[in-house]
Amino acid sequence: MAMADMREPIESGCPDGFQYMHPAMRKNFGMWDYHEDPQPGVLKHVSKTGDVVYTVKAGTQRILDVFTIRKLTKIGDEFADGYIRFTIRSNIEYIVTDEAKVQPLIKALEDEGFVVGGTRNSVAMISHTQGWLHCDIPGTDASGVVKSMMDELIDEFKQWNMPNRVHITTSCCQINCGGQGDIAINIQHTKPPKISHDLVANVCERPTVVARCPVAAIRPAVVNGKPSLEVDEKKCICCGACFPPCPPMQINDPEHSKLAIWVGGNHSNARSKPSFQKLVAAGVPNNPPRWPEATGIVKRILKEYKAGAKDWERINDWIDRIGWPRFFEVTGLPFTKYHIDNWRGARNSLNASTHIRF
Amino acid sequence: MAKSQHPTPMLDELEKGPWPSFISGFKRLRDEHPSENINKVANSLLGQLEHSYETRKGYWKGGTVSVFGYGGGIIPRFSEVGEAFPESKEFHTLRVQPTPGNYYTTDMLNQLADSWEKYGSGLITFHGQTGNIMFIGADTENTQHFFDEINDYGWDLGGAGPCVRTAMSCVGAARCEQSCANEHAIQRYLVNEFVDDVHRPALPYKFKFKISGCPNDCQNAIERSDFAVIGTWRDDMKIKQEEVKNYMNTKGRQYIMDNVVSRCPTSCMTLNDDDTLNVDNSNCVRCMHCINVMPKALSPGDDKGVTVLIGGKRTLKIGDLMGTVILPFKKLETEDDYEELVELAGDTIDFFAENALEHERTGEMIERIGLVNFLEGIGVDVDPNMVSTPRQCSYVRMDGWDEEAAAWFEKKAEQAAG
Ligand code: HEM
Ligand code: SF4
Ligand code: SF4
Ligand code: SF4
Ligand code: SF4
Repeated sequence: MAMADMREPIESGCPDGFQYMHPAMRKNFGMWDYHEDPQPGVLKHVSKTGDVVYTVKAGTQRILDVFTIRKLTKIGDEFADGYIRFTIRSNIEYIVTDEAKVQPLIKALEDEGFVVGGTRNSVAMISHTQGWLHCDIPGTDASGVVKSMMDELIDEFKQWNMPNRVHITTSCCQINCGGQGDIAINIQHTKPPKISHDLVANVCERPTVVARCPVAAIRPAVVNGKPSLEVDEKKCICCGACFPPCPPMQINDPEHSKLAIWVGGNHSNARSKPSFQKLVAAGVPNNPPRWPEATGIVKRILKEYKAGAKDWERINDWIDRIGWPRFFEVTGLPFTKYHIDNWRGARNSLNASTHIRF
Repeated sequence: MAKSQHPTPMLDELEKGPWPSFISGFKRLRDEHPSENINKVANSLLGQLEHSYETRKGYWKGGTVSVFGYGGGIIPRFSEVGEAFPESKEFHTLRVQPTPGNYYTTDMLNQLADSWEKYGSGLITFHGQTGNIMFIGADTENTQHFFDEINDYGWDLGGAGPCVRTAMSCVGAARCEQSCANEHAIQRYLVNEFVDDVHRPALPYKFKFKISGCPNDCQNAIERSDFAVIGTWRDDMKIKQEEVKNYMNTKGRQYIMDNVVSRCPTSCMTLNDDDTLNVDNSNCVRCMHCINVMPKALSPGDDKGVTVLIGGKRTLKIGDLMGTVILPFKKLETEDDYEELVELAGDTIDFFAENALEHERTGEMIERIGLVNFLEGIGVDVDPNMVSTPRQCSYVRMDGWDEEAAAWFEKKAEQAAG
């Protein structure tokens, strides 16, 4: 296209949501009084105006093909006045004002293979990243891991069996765009990057790459007569931060890029302050197409949480009460030297007291 | 078509099981879509993904693609195995900003799907972790055509690269009784003030806004954004004693003791002998727990506003950081109130742009220079709500004490005078 034909963008930014919002939400904006949970996957919100809306929530495959989108919109036209919204965990929500439409809506969703649930004390939809499908740095897939796990956790999504809600996240590199979760399944590299020295000079800005390393393990070097980079493998923590700015520093390894499992991340301020997730298991094989080992550990943790936690305790609250030694005991996971933090601020995580449970 | 289909034995395993399968969706595009181009792209994508599953490696690399007039918003993807899978060898992602709270009419969703199947792969993610609608899979030329078409009917690109990013907010006031803020207005005021910084990456690194209507922080704002705005309230929470009694009657006294009263982090609740509930509001930290358990009986007060926390981020480079309190309470009622919030964001971004090292997030910059230097830079006074505890180590030079103490009392006197 010639420059002259180029169209200037309209910099409209973030669009106004009121134009797409269900009229009952628009009318009662800021006036909601309370809610009830009539059944899993359904919320009932009552407004101070007396209006009532029902929300039906369903899990999808997140990466939607246009056929699936049209299925979802058709259901929205038939039962929900032509309005939908998505939650931050990629569930779809339909708002209906007529209680009589709730059960037929659920049936229509289930008939099309969508899964109604994900409210209250359930295992919510796993939030995930891009993976092999369309990221340039992933050590594993994202959608496949989530599909495999949700197949196994579907009953926990559809029911209220957990002490409190469980948010699971996955990330396919150690940047962790998946975020914090009650349980997180993240890539953990175990070997330093393998450097294609012939390519470095052409592809990488060397000072940028050197600056990117969190432990200053990279230095410029001349290898085979060409400018390249060198990694002090004793220092390297195998984080992969050098890989995005310098693809010749290949961190992903079919065998040595493993999965690690973390628990206790909680973004809510309810009861305790928000908390970060803590390492519980590593060395889990990155095993497509269904990653059974990772799912096995997640299920084991969930089983003990369900058996041991009190109502309203999130995983972090539960572990705060029973203590880490008991967590490792009941889950049967090994406690190793790798669980003892040595990153900045690590001292805060040591037990400087005689508070010990026997 | 069938003759050249890539075999996908590993991906086929992901069609089994009860959860909806993305692979089945890809295959529908390959086998049933009327556009031959989409059939081919889906087949090629399935082939490359199968190859990734077999070899446990990714095969995309970045590059440079943008739309006319913008520097960011497109995530370029070129295949490293494009010879084997040529039809998807350019598979760029467009990040498009949704509305706060992610609302759509079915007509609008269909319209977006119509546009996307004209120019792209037919695959859309609602939504990425930063909050964008991610239209995955278009070649360079069609990236422009698709953007032009949807931009004409109201959609704009989000951020990618070192820039202000697409923001997100919880459903909030639109359908949640806990909401203490107009999340919708906050998000649009903030992010639309910085459209230029969204579209033309020129910051040291990314900068994210996230908004939650109450301290439940459904939006993960404290953990996942540089600038978190969280609704809260200053006056007493509301108690409907009748409803407390109803909970008591259905759940039992012990349930209320074990699940409400004894779980309060500051022990500020008491259950009286007559089964009414008492809250010491001056010690309530607005954690939301009791309100979550008894939404019919308890609710936030009327004097609503927001708390702003700055500096949250994920692992790279110094480890995960939460946002810290910068503004304990701000009313958001008038146009001026919103302007002041936007000003704080502007000052923060300006300071960040001038003082952060390349590829350093706001939280990391604060960690490096110290909170006090940051506060002085953006012109915000210190406040004891910013810390969990005061300093614990005596190794600090404090010869400015008298002036600082005087400034504190002066400020207190000003506040008292109103
Ligand atoms: C090569 C580069 C990278 C690619 C292709 C990439 C891609 C993505 C994508 C597609 C998303 C979701 C976006 C959306 O919702 O629109 C995302 C989110 C995210 N990325 Fe990246 N990313 C890259 C590098 C990084 C780096 C270097 C960091 C580290 C600091 C990072 C941290 C994150 C985080 C924390 C999120 C989610 C955050 C949130 O909740 O907002 N990414 N990334
Ligand atoms: S977690 Fe890493 S590999 Fe996965 S999508 Fe995010 S940046 Fe890409
Ligand atoms: S993997 Fe991480 S620690 Fe190792 S050299 Fe690269 S950036 Fe440094
Ligand atoms: S953060 Fe608070 S206001 Fe927003 S949706 Fe969650 S509970 Fe409701
Ligand atoms: S909101 Fe939290 S701190 Fe306040 S009374 Fe309820 S439980 Fe206690």
